[in-house]
Amino acid sequence: MKLLYKDVDKEGEGTVGLIAEEPEDMWHAYNLISEGDLVRSTTIRKVQSESATGSSTSNRVRTTLTICVENIDFDTQACVLRLKGRNVEENQYVKMGAYHTLDLELNRKFSLKKHEWDSIALERVDVACDPVQTADVAAVIMQEGLAHVCLITSSMTLIRAKIDVTIPRKRKGFVQQHEKGLNKFYDNVMQAILRHINFDIVKCILIASPGFVRDQFYEYMFQMAIKTDNKVLLDNKSKFMLVHASSGFKHSLKEVLQDSGVINKISDTKAAGEVKALEGFYTMLQCEPAKAFYGKKHCESANEAQAIETLLISDNLFRCSNVALRKEYVKLVDSVRETGGEVKIFSSMHISGEQLDNLTGVAAILRFPMPELEDEESDDEN
Amino acid sequence: MSRHRNVRSINVNEEYEGYDDVYGHSVEDDYCVSPSEAAFMYDREGSKNKQKIGAFFQSVNDIAEENEGENESKEANLSDIDKARLESCVDQIRQIVSSGIPRQELVNIILLYNFNVEKAINFILGCPQYNHITEKKAVVPKDVDPSNIKVVTPGTKTTNITKGFDLVQKEVNRLNVTPRSQSPASGRATPTPDQNDEGKNLKQKESKFDVNVQYKKERGNAKENLYMVVIGHVDAGKSTLMGHLLCALGQVNQKTMHKYEQESRKVGKQSFMYAWVLDETGEERNRGITMDVGRSQFETETKLVTLLDAPGHKDFIPNMISGAGQADVALLVVDATRGEFETGFDFGGQTREHALLVRSLGVSQLAVAINKLDTVSWSQERFKEITQKLKLFLKHAGFKENDVTFVPCSGLTGQNLTGKPTENELLQWYAGPCLLDVIDNFRTPERPIAKPFRFSINDVFKGTGSNFCVSGRVETGTLSLGERILVCPSREMATVKGLAIEEVSQQTVFAGDQVSVTLSGIDIQNVSIGYILCLSQNPVQIASKFQARIVVFNVTVPMTKGYSVVMHHQSLVEPVIVSKLINQLHKSTGEIINKHPRCLSNNSSAMVEIQASRPLALELYSECKELGRIMLRVGGVTIAAGLITKIVL
Repeated sequence: MKLLYKDVDKEGEGTVGLIAEEPEDMWHAYNLISEGDLVRSTTIRKVQSESATGSSTSNRVRTTLTICVENIDFDTQACVLRLKGRNVEENQYVKMGAYHTLDLELNRKFSLKKHEWDSIALERVDVACDPVQTADVAAVIMQEGLAHVCLITSSMTLIRAKIDVTIPRKRKGFVQQHEKGLNKFYDNVMQAILRHINFDIVKCILIASPGFVRDQFYEYMFQMAIKTDNKVLLDNKSKFMLVHASSGFKHSLKEVLQDSGVINKISDTKAAGEVKALEGFYTMLQCEPAKAFYGKKHCESANEAQAIETLLISDNLFRCSNVALRKEYVKLVDSVRETGGEVKIFSSMHISGEQLDNLTGVAAILRFPMPELEDEESDDEN
Repeated sequence: MSRHRNVRSINVNEEYEGYDDVYGHSVEDDYCVSPSEAAFMYDREGSKNKQKIGAFFQSVNDIAEENEGENESKEANLSDIDKARLESCVDQIRQIVSSGIPRQELVNIILLYNFNVEKAINFILGCPQYNHITEKKAVVPKDVDPSNIKVVTPGTKTTNITKGFDLVQKEVNRLNVTPRSQSPASGRATPTPDQNDEGKNLKQKESKFDVNVQYKKERGNAKENLYMVVIGHVDAGKSTLMGHLLCALGQVNQKTMHKYEQESRKVGKQSFMYAWVLDETGEERNRGITMDVGRSQFETETKLVTLLDAPGHKDFIPNMISGAGQADVALLVVDATRGEFETGFDFGGQTREHALLVRSLGVSQLAVAINKLDTVSWSQERFKEITQKLKLFLKHAGFKENDVTFVPCSGLTGQNLTGKPTENELLQWYAGPCLLDVIDNFRTPERPIAKPFRFSINDVFKGTGSNFCVSGRVETGTLSLGERILVCPSREMATVKGLAIEEVSQQTVFAGDQVSVTLSGIDIQNVSIGYILCLSQNPVQIASKFQARIVVFNVTVPMTKGYSVVMHHQSLVEPVIVSKLINQLHKSTGEIINKHPRCLSNNSSAMVEIQASRPLALELYSECKELGRIMLRVGGVTIAAGLITKIVL
């Protein structure tokens, strides 16, 4: 993301001009824009014009529109952000108040005006515009008959392909069917890798599985690569890394990102940091339950006592349409920072973020035990 | 409606063990009966009108039973208060142990222990004469106690009816209501069966009635089928032990064995030659470990045993679970070599996990083969040491002491497998049965053939010809050739074109059989491992959200709301989320100790709500034990076992 200008006054009202450069920036934009914001960008609109004789023609024109956002749609697979709202600036093609749906495009400037830029939003702009490129990692999580091919970027984990085949079990005298099914499965996974992974960008490809599936697959893949003389695979052989995982389901990615070998290789990705933080929370919950709490109510009471050392919060909570609720969460984050606590904002697109979302979206590790909180009725009903 | 028939022909004693204290109700109460039958029946109608429980018990004593007089005299001496205490004691005990004990014996025991319920229960549990009826009060409710009575005959009906007299009225109602209100016709998302058709129902009843007779006719004379899973830590020698056993029984021909010997020597793994009998894929042979469940069959004197050789390696536990889910009994193999047993048992080995798993999967009989005793020169001390350690643990895991047998043996040398040992060192101190005898001594569990048909798929493969086959186990009920069946949860209809047990085609298969079913009228894409086959007039429930009562094992991180786990249900492996922690329960009494707990840590028991991402075919534990059990695993470790208690949709 490129920041063109930032014009935010003391009250927090103002406009920011941005250019999205990669698909991931769309994710940041999705997290920035909330309902009621004004977005100005160039777009294509179908305009109908009526000639003097009464025949109507329609043609598509490129025009710049400003809309007041009413509906936000994010396609995670294609990384496309779609904003729907009413036009607030009339021009020759579009009347005031007419509905329009903006598709934010890559490499085109857009400006975002908010009535209130809170700390979270401003921080998001900073993060998004950080030019330091983090390593892109691809991972293949597999078990016999099931594989997920995913891309892990700094703030998103994208499932690119899911391969789910039934492989006949080995049975007396029918071993061939099992082995044939297995080979077909490996072939599918290999095709998915070739199709979805861009070896120029990806720095490392993790192949994770229980048992020997990964070794078998690795062997199969390179045998096939030699057979078909696939240069791309052979050139990138060193990028592959075999890791243990307990199953082929998506959440096993968590285990993969905790593997020490993987941490060394991808060191600074947000994904690995988040997994570690969440693990820390669970460990604390096991060892000292009075120092780990989750749920909004518990976290807020802990914050009142200035007890929060680390706050884990999912960005999902800041995307809610309820402005008052969002403000409460922003206040929580700000006050934790003020009291010297650390705040980790999890991306809900990562595995750990997904898990945090299921765990009410907010969790805290405390400085000192607060057993009195345990007796309080938690609010995990909502 | 066919359920009525089920209840009618039920052997209440067998059927409702493990079903808390719901015993003894007969549908006959609601039906017209012939005068000749009525003569044998206890008239409950009279007592039904009196709602007073005390009065109810009074009338109970009027029924003549064995040794009634003695009991009367003892009870008569009691004061009113003592009588009331006695009644409450009886009730409490009956809640824990099931109905099989005659009332006045209970009374005697209670009087003996001076109204101390705990002691009385201990006495009952400890007393071998009650073993066939007692039930431990461990948290995971126990399976139907296996007994040798194979067929539920209608002839036992009259005695069953008299069993019901100490039932409190409330319970009678419950029994009456439950099956009906949970019948599939109660408006669940399953296809509505046309069940108004009275004629059809009658026909069905007729056919259900025939089932018992047919089962007896077809299987009465043959050897009993027994499914045995072999479990244990990796490299304990499971495959070798079983390979050698098969070899010794002549199931493997000399030529093949010679081939294996030659080939295994070629790759420098001669000690694996017996394991190759069961490990067939190239991968397994090269690595020298079992990866998927191997199957084989052999015969003992009284039984036809189907062997399921489970993999021991940690990563293949999912395969082991699908194998153990189909087994009636288990053989736990432990390595007696110094250090090896300890790694397998104490230091995070699979011996513990496997044993817990099979217990939670409903296997109640276990034989423990202390393998590789030749490496410690058949030392009796070593055998004793291991036996003691295991005994304690297995008792904890919920195995009854006399359902566990220990056998010293050696898989590689073949000592004590099929005949008396020849090693003098072993003969000096061991005179017990050999492994084959132990297997032969297993009791065959009762097969629930009268229940609605359920079949869980654990393999899908292309058979000969254009159709494809699914294989798996008939959990309950029966299936005949040509029947239309419903594949759940995809809700597709299919026709049974062929049935085969171990490649031998059959007309009808019964509960407990492992069958490969050839299906037609359905695409292979729409069937996958873990699906359930049932009949459309009595379908399995389909839901993506349900409640379960779980027992949490040793966990490194506590289970919280929103925890994502892998659920094993029969052969199905599915990622699910623990969406709600409803109550934390006391481990043995089941009382609620904490509403909405924040987290569940080691060894706790709780009621939770589980959410799956897609609909699954499930059953309540109370309706179908086989399909009501679940396992939860995380990161390659089993963290909890549970029973489905409520289906939310």
